[in-house]
Amino acid sequence: MTSRNLPFFATLVVFVVAWALCAAQFPAMLSTRVAANLITDNAYLGVAAVGMTFVILSGGIDLSVGSVIAFTGVFLAVTVRAGLDPIAAILLVLVITTAFGAVMGAMIHYLETPAFIVTLAGMFFARGVCFLMTTDSIPIDHPTWDALLSVSWKIPTGGRLTLIAGIMIAATLVGIVLAHLTRFGTYVYALGGNRTSAELMGVPIARTTIAIYALSGALSGLAGLVFALYTSAGYSLAATGVELDTIAAVVIGGTLLTGGVGTVAGTFVGVMIQGLIQTYIIFDGTLSSWWTKIAVGGLLFVFILLQRVLVHLAGRSRDRLVPAT
Amino acid sequence: MTSTLPGRLSFGALPQFATLAAVLLANWLVFPDFFDLRLQDGRLFGSVIDVLNRGAPVAILALGMTLVIATKGVDLSVGAVMAICGAVAATMAAADYSLVAILAAALAVGALCGLWNGFLVAVLDIQPIIATLILMVTGRGIAQLVTEGQIVTFTHEGLIAVAGSSALGLPMPVVIALVLGLALAALVRLTALGLLIESIGVNRTASTYAGVDSRSVLLATYMISGLTAAVAGVIAASDIRGADANNAGLWLELDAILAVVVGGTSLFGGRFSILLSLVGALVIQAMNTGILLSGYPPELNLIVKAVVIAAILVLQSPAAGRLFGFLRRS
Repeated sequence: MTSRNLPFFATLVVFVVAWALCAAQFPAMLSTRVAANLITDNAYLGVAAVGMTFVILSGGIDLSVGSVIAFTGVFLAVTVRAGLDPIAAILLVLVITTAFGAVMGAMIHYLETPAFIVTLAGMFFARGVCFLMTTDSIPIDHPTWDALLSVSWKIPTGGRLTLIAGIMIAATLVGIVLAHLTRFGTYVYALGGNRTSAELMGVPIARTTIAIYALSGALSGLAGLVFALYTSAGYSLAATGVELDTIAAVVIGGTLLTGGVGTVAGTFVGVMIQGLIQTYIIFDGTLSSWWTKIAVGGLLFVFILLQRVLVHLAGRSRDRLVPAT
Repeated sequence: MTSTLPGRLSFGALPQFATLAAVLLANWLVFPDFFDLRLQDGRLFGSVIDVLNRGAPVAILALGMTLVIATKGVDLSVGAVMAICGAVAATMAAADYSLVAILAAALAVGALCGLWNGFLVAVLDIQPIIATLILMVTGRGIAQLVTEGQIVTFTHEGLIAVAGSSALGLPMPVVIALVLGLALAALVRLTALGLLIESIGVNRTASTYAGVDSRSVLLATYMISGLTAAVAGVIAASDIRGADANNAGLWLELDAILAVVVGGTSLFGGRFSILLSLVGALVIQAMNTGILLSGYPPELNLIVKAVVIAAILVLQSPAAGRLFGFLRRS
């Protein structure tokens, strides 16, 4: 059990040490304002990463996340401009993205195809639909929208928790409950641990697979809403490559890529580490933004390596047990 | 076992050629001048030549991708490797190195990237999609480092000729794609390499136990993919006479995967055809050109591609296979 939690603690240690190093150089890093902004600026990534955690826990992958985020923004912008009430538009788009995810899950299960190619098609499709709706960046301008934007909670000493930061924290908490305290969560872990065993033990594979991708679709839609609130616009080229950032966050957060092991809380820390790298580069001012990509890639490599070592060690200790019993 | 080359082409290749013919026919219907060719200054010009020329980079990427997918892997980094190699080539061209030195350096960098991917997959046993994701994420950052964040432009005659000149009346990229395709097809089909790749794709563990040096074969496969990406990157840089680290080869990894899948190579590994992947790349480019010619918004492209992937998935799926088998029996 300790070796299972080790990646998560490694992530946590990396985050705390990294923040301490940053704070030693820039004391302002410790302010609650920076902390709150860290959450706000990465809220869309965090929400999408919760969905991705479930997908990867089940042994799958979802490449359509970025496109679905862009689709949600464009859909909201276009429908609100056409006169639809923002609340109705939000509900509608969440239903659409959930259904979209469910269809992909059904294709993965019933066509028995690798998840990456099905969600690749989904990625093309969602992005294409964005382009068909509009190729312009459309501002979202509506009293209800402004009301949503003005919601925030003050934290002592200057920080301000915005609505989108609240959505991210809520999504993470719901994800934690869903993963560890519900039957669905158990099914997901079982499916990722060993599909055949799970099926023999009576896990409803079809229903669970469809539900996992529907959940990822719904959370991608929610992430799209967060992104649209963050930028107050819908743009069909927005959020390209976010699927890779979310996968990186999930992996850095200690979820095993082969499925079955990992936590939603770890993913949250993974997102925060990526945000911290970005914040540091902004604070520093001399480093170029592409260092973010290189640093994230480097971290990704280190954590994957750590996983391999742990899996290898676990396999060795299991081998040693076999002759003894 | 259909291991002879002619056998594969005559029987299994029918759907691909039929698709290509259908797409070309559709293009001809919306644009009657589609098949018109004219010869000027010893070079052919026309829409068909344009399809071939524009499709060449994806076709070259698809060559390496075919072998990788045949081992039941995937190489997501080819677009980023294109950007790195293009950046290397453009930076060296701006500093006036000789063409030989530029090409050697670009290819060496491509091979090195491939070796890195191969090392992660073959030695560290990381799933290919994740292993190559690392380079996909970092690659563009590395390319930015090479160009120091700028779009490097050059007036190097030799490098411009890589995409700008012609041979046998055809644009040079088309000739390069054809020669590479034939060379690679010969390499895998006239030696045992193709068979080894297929056996690893079917079952890597069993192949290893049967004496296949699967580690070396996988390393070689990913290196070939890195090399083809380097060639495509040099062509792309030569084409725009510069290197754009952000946009060179962007999303081309997906087009290359699509070309391979359209070419009938199984995503489950173990069955591949290099020449049909070239046909697949042509189908994709002909679709792109057709959508542009017919006056539809180019944005429709993505949806068409998605529908094509979905259709192929349905046809390739084990479930469909069982259904066909059931219908045939009854």
